[in-house]
Amino acid sequence: MTLFLAGLAGGIIGGMGMGGGTLLIPLLTAFCGFDQHTAQAVNLIAFIPMSAVSIAIHARNGLIKPKYLLTVALPAAASGVLASLLAMNLEGGMLSVFFGWFLIVLGVFQFGSAVLGPSPRARKKSNRVRE
Amino acid sequence: MKKGWKAVAEAAVGAAVGAANGLLGGGGGMLCVPLLEKALGEDVKVSHATTVLVILPVCVASAIVYWSSGRFAIDANLPVIFGVVAGGALGSALLKIMNGRVTAVIFAALMIMAGVRMAFFS
Repeated sequence: MTLFLAGLAGGIIGGMGMGGGTLLIPLLTAFCGFDQHTAQAVNLIAFIPMSAVSIAIHARNGLIKPKYLLTVALPAAASGVLASLLAMNLEGGMLSVFFGWFLIVLGVFQFGSAVLGPSPRARKKSNRVRE
Repeated sequence: MKKGWKAVAEAAVGAAVGAANGLLGGGGGMLCVPLLEKALGEDVKVSHATTVLVILPVCVASAIVYWSSGRFAIDANLPVIFGVVAGGALGSALLKIMNGRVTAVIFAALMIMAGVRMAFFS
């Protein structure tokens, strides 16, 4: 049951495109006794059926831009394979500290721009999406 | 932005997202959303939704690597997977009806929380 709830929480955030893994992985390691590598593997595999459902819903809501599948997702998959191979041979500690700092900086910027409001350009785009 | 540079920027975004997601086994989305939004100038909700699309092939590729190294048993983890799928459907439906700015603020809070956790408690 704890496992299901951890998954549910991670899934909600993941389905909203907010990085479900950044929530699910710590939940699994902190509350369910998973080791870091297993938690990462579970997150990756659980994400596959979840994102299929999620993409279908987003596509119906008109929020998906398919062109990025080629231009962004393809290079992402390629570097993802290399990074995974690297991760299999690496201690996670140092990396997550770097990534953590990186997220803090990004988060502060994100918070600032969210509170101050979107740029005029972004606002114009979001109107176009709504039409 | 000129077309050629835009393509380079998109490929660079992809490479960065893939590297983060593969190394950390997740969390690439947390990088992908701000990159789509800020670097490529997409709308907030489009960035979130399209991120899921971008991450899917990355996860498939990474999952194959993790799985083939014997780090995973599917039967032991079915409850987590069911939970994630159910939550994913819920979260996707929520994104459509949520206010863009609320989405952005929640996302910022999550990023900072995750960042603090990873930087200080990992």
